[in-house]
Amino acid sequence: MSKTEASLTIALAGQPNVGKSTVFNMLTGLNQHVGNWPGKTVEQKMGEFIHDEQVIRLVDLPGTYSLTANSEEERITRDFIIHEQPDVIVVIVGAPALERNLYLLAELLMMPVPLVVGVNMMDVAESNGVHIETHVLAAALGMPVEPLVASRNQGVHELLDAAIRMAENPTAFAPKRPAIRPEHRPVLADIKAQLAGQVPPPYPEDWVALKLLEGDTEITALIQNATQQAWGNIHTILLQHEDAYLDIAGGRYEWIGRIIRAAIMRPKPGAITLTDRVDRVATHPARGLLLLIGIFGLVFWLTYTLAMPVVSWLNQALMEPLSGWLRQVLFGAPAWLSGLVVDGIIGGAGTVLTFLPILVVFFAALGFLEDVGYMARSAYVTDRFMHWMGLHGKSFIPLFLGFGCNVPAVMGARIIEDRRACLLTILLTPLVPCTGRLAVLTFLAPAFFGRAAMFVTWGLVAFNLVVLALVGIAVHRLAFKDEHIAFIMEIPLYHLPNARTIGLFVWHNTLAFIRKAGSIIVIVSVIVWALSWLPNGDMESGLLATMGRGLEPVGRWMGLGDWRLIVALLTSFVAKENTIATLGILFGANSAVTGLAAQVAGVLTRPAALAFLVVQMTFIPCAATLAVIKQETGAWKYAIFNVGLLLVISLSAGVIMYQIARLF
Amino acid sequence: MNDSLLKPLNDLETGERGVVRQLRGGREFTSRVATLGFTPGVEVTVVQNYGRGPILVTVRDTHIALGRGEALKVLVEVL
Repeated sequence: MSKTEASLTIALAGQPNVGKSTVFNMLTGLNQHVGNWPGKTVEQKMGEFIHDEQVIRLVDLPGTYSLTANSEEERITRDFIIHEQPDVIVVIVGAPALERNLYLLAELLMMPVPLVVGVNMMDVAESNGVHIETHVLAAALGMPVEPLVASRNQGVHELLDAAIRMAENPTAFAPKRPAIRPEHRPVLADIKAQLAGQVPPPYPEDWVALKLLEGDTEITALIQNATQQAWGNIHTILLQHEDAYLDIAGGRYEWIGRIIRAAIMRPKPGAITLTDRVDRVATHPARGLLLLIGIFGLVFWLTYTLAMPVVSWLNQALMEPLSGWLRQVLFGAPAWLSGLVVDGIIGGAGTVLTFLPILVVFFAALGFLEDVGYMARSAYVTDRFMHWMGLHGKSFIPLFLGFGCNVPAVMGARIIEDRRACLLTILLTPLVPCTGRLAVLTFLAPAFFGRAAMFVTWGLVAFNLVVLALVGIAVHRLAFKDEHIAFIMEIPLYHLPNARTIGLFVWHNTLAFIRKAGSIIVIVSVIVWALSWLPNGDMESGLLATMGRGLEPVGRWMGLGDWRLIVALLTSFVAKENTIATLGILFGANSAVTGLAAQVAGVLTRPAALAFLVVQMTFIPCAATLAVIKQETGAWKYAIFNVGLLLVISLSAGVIMYQIARLF
Repeated sequence: MNDSLLKPLNDLETGERGVVRQLRGGREFTSRVATLGFTPGVEVTVVQNYGRGPILVTVRDTHIALGRGEALKVLVEVL
């Protein structure tokens, strides 16, 4: 067994919304690797930490409500437990929804791995009038149960100690297991008799028998292949008990009811909690929508108010002195080297990096809304509107994330269970204007439109959203034939935000952006600069100019007769922010960034400026977004279709906008 | 019990309570909602039902949003 150096592997399991990732973050800090489960589009988080001189590997299993084969997350969780057999599983349950959260524990108890339980959010439960005696629960379950307030790091170490003790002495694990209802016991015994000795290892026989009775498709297929004659008999038994699965689920809840009866004190029915009071506004069809629009506006106002001064400070205090200093250092060097470094790398990738503060503030705001529990409400409130596009409220969450960066937004579409709804959400995501495009917009619009800039900016954002809705409705009507998609979603309790959780959310999302800027954007900045410089060492006659001039006839339909603008649009394929970087290079790098917008405005009429911004806002997805579209959908055809669709949309929108604007 | 006493969940008004008696629909749907706590015999409270849009119910101490089409398949006996 090569389990690296780790002496113990602990898996974290739990239903969604129990604060499992808070526990994970508390234990691993920044020492975590976030990736995908092999061959799957489900996030995999692993981390290592040292406890009492022992290296411990912590695996964060996907949040799942049960262990059926209904979703990818559930299959991954049970496959990991059965095939990798961690030393111990720490099951996190939430105190406010103890009964429902214990359902997963009832399923995990059939697995061949010892368990310990952490009851998280004890403080939230108390504030809702729910009191839990964890030692009573421990006695009823026959296993260690620790109270937790993970967000304040209370109880996490006690839980870890309990887990390690359990892992070191697994034979001490003798829990009470849920039994099936009496009327199904003979059937289960029959199935087990038929199975005897034929279940392929490492699958536990009892568990396989139960899953067969539950009608689990994956286990059914497994046993059908593994058994020869016996399958006929098993199949006959199963056909006679086709709805046993509802009784089994009901039986698990009855068992849970008996376990928690003595351990929990609930408030009188009808008590009004804080969550209920806030939700009278937040989930109300009209008030909730107003609140959402307000929050939406606030996030943008906050993002640009806080981040814009930092962006201009970075430009003036860092980028400009850096360029000047590099120019001096490279004074004796060949002209091409100085051009490459100062105009290519600093003028290109450097400019893009100065937009980082915008992204950080936006992700922090979104991480905050997610952590306090608001994002689920936004899904609930927008559900009605998303139905026009054949989507449901859950699609709103990744689309909103798209305003920061389309890359995590495409990956965020994973939360949508239905494959077609997920594909449509991914298809629509590039129409959400990301930070890169908004940066270009807010950079150029004031120079183009003066006082009307604010109006034009909001108008163009609204235009993108209208196009998004129209494309969604069209795809739903034409391709999906109005098919209904189920909306079932847990709405978590509101709770206080945790700085660490939000910090890590910002960290992971920003890091992805920096990596992109550090690799793709640097390379493309250099290529753009080289294409503009070659073959004569002069931009006016460079390769890029030739390419841009070739496309001028197309550009002229929308008033863009200047090849430099066409090239700027083309290079936005690499990264949306590159439009500014390219303009910076092509309009002469000596001008300070502040002067650039005015220079560009100088070569454009107002209708043409409008057309330029419309095309820029709806242009084809950037390279990084296309790469994740391919990764998430598993096929290039969706990525290519997306490019074609947006090319048609952006060019026709540009031409129409120019021709209409010219009339005024 | 008489089946005619059963109502789909989205016929309940805000604040009304009921006991789940029957789940309709395909196996994937019923097993999903059963896992979330909607098993026959459980009490549910409608927290919000404005006649359109998804409804919000509490079941086993959790808030669950259900689309109208989904709520239609959960049959309850009104309390």
